[in-house]
Amino acid sequence: MTDQKPFVDIRHAKKSYGTLEVLKDINLQVQKGQIVAIIGPSGSGKSTLLRAINDLDPLTGGEVWLEDKQINKKLPHRQYEAHINQVRQEIGMVFQHFNLFPHLRVRENVTLAPKMLKGITDAEADKLAEEQLDKVGMLERIDHYPSQLSGGQKQRVAIARALAMNPKVMLFDEATSALDPELVEEVNLVMKKLAEEHMTMIIVTHEMSFAESVCDRVLFMDQGVVVEEGPPEVIFRNPTSDRTKEFLRKHLAGQHP
Amino acid sequence: MGLDFTVIPQYMDIILWGALWTILITLGAAVVSFVGGIVLAVIALYGPTPVRLPFRIFSFLFMGTPLLLQLFLIYFGLVQIGIDVPAFMAGIIGLGLHFAVYNSELFQTGILAVDTGQIEAARTLGLSRMQALRKVVVPQAIRDVIPPIGNNMIALLKDSALVSVIGVSELTLSAQRAIGSTYRPFEFYVLVAVIYYIINIFMEAAQRRIERRVQASR
Ligand SMILES: Nc1ncnc2c1ncn2[C@@H]1O[C@H](COP(=O)(O)OP(=O)(O)OP(=O)(O)O)[C@@H](O)[C@H]1O
Ligand SMILES: [Mg+2]
Repeated sequence: MTDQKPFVDIRHAKKSYGTLEVLKDINLQVQKGQIVAIIGPSGSGKSTLLRAINDLDPLTGGEVWLEDKQINKKLPHRQYEAHINQVRQEIGMVFQHFNLFPHLRVRENVTLAPKMLKGITDAEADKLAEEQLDKVGMLERIDHYPSQLSGGQKQRVAIARALAMNPKVMLFDEATSALDPELVEEVNLVMKKLAEEHMTMIIVTHEMSFAESVCDRVLFMDQGVVVEEGPPEVIFRNPTSDRTKEFLRKHLAGQHP
Repeated sequence: MGLDFTVIPQYMDIILWGALWTILITLGAAVVSFVGGIVLAVIALYGPTPVRLPFRIFSFLFMGTPLLLQLFLIYFGLVQIGIDVPAFMAGIIGLGLHFAVYNSELFQTGILAVDTGQIEAARTLGLSRMQALRKVVVPQAIRDVIPPIGNNMIALLKDSALVSVIGVSELTLSAQRAIGSTYRPFEFYVLVAVIYYIINIFMEAAQRRIERRVQASR
């Protein structure tokens, strides 16, 4: 597996805010179709790493590659904007707080970007919206506004919105953390379905059992470094690092049985 | 001499024409102030520095000097440099730009109040900053500032009386003309006040309607 060329390749990622080093030389290779979970305590740099992939939080050092394209390459401002807008179309992102567009109906939330960026017709856009919303079980709510949906429904629409751009990789930043416990499962099911379809995914999560059930690989981060990584059964059942053990012990103690 | 409202019907057509002009000027200037306000707000917040400065000065001039003076300048002043603006247009431009500057302040506040997650979500999908502003941020900002913008539009209606000084036969000037031939200022000023008030009521109703319509999109 390691001799295969990685699909997403993060090399020597560094990020500082002033003197605060948030990411200290992180390396992460993700193969096509692989699902990687990133876990770790609050403030360890998980979001920062994820958001570096689509350059929402630009790195201060290191490189991010998607297939044969360097995402964060140095370019003059205008060229860089054109480049990054292109790259971002290929990377779907799902946020903890959904960030649906409240002024648009569910349908337009899904079709806004494809219509603007891919020049599809209204009819194609409608078909696309219906397909993607059907996939996440939200077709009946196509003409609702986000304010009329539950948290779980919002997040499913947000996933459909990202999928409508037909991304090569999906990033999830604690997609279920803001949800009431009873709404978590419906979102997890959608993510599992994507996993079965071999979507490449990088998932920041606090849900260990979910990570264990869907991920090929787990990264444990602490204080800006990857402390330990491996298959979920190893990280969750037989971690080698004391920091991982400590984190899991604390974390599982505070979780619902 | 006592009050005599029976003189009114004879001049009613002049007054109603005046009301029509007032409505047209208010609508025209409202559109200019709305679109102009958004453009000014986006430039003030996101424009390149060399563009921002002249716009700041422009805004400052329009906020810091009397509207009356601005109307005189546009109507009488510009002719001297070869720009002959018809009175009606001068009224719309003057009122429109004046209120565009005030609206711009509101739109700026509205734009800054939109959650940053909205821009992030739009940019993540691949939209450029301008596209994100146009399709995601500005529409939400507009929705959020409808009430104060509505207040500005009502102030605009009232200030439209000022364009009488450059000879537009709107409501106030029509009343003055009727008074000129009848010497009945009280009757006509009361009548005109009632008409302004009625237009006002319609504007407030329109504003409430718009607000109800955007309620679901919060
Ligand atoms: N804009 C910023 N300016 C300064 N420091 C920041 C900024 N954004 C994040 N940080 C800091 O970077 C560190 C890593 O933050 P990050 O959000 O990546 O953590 P996280 O692992 O996602 O935490 P959580 O589980 O709470 O989401 C934290 O110490 C945080 O305070
Ligand atoms: Mg985070």
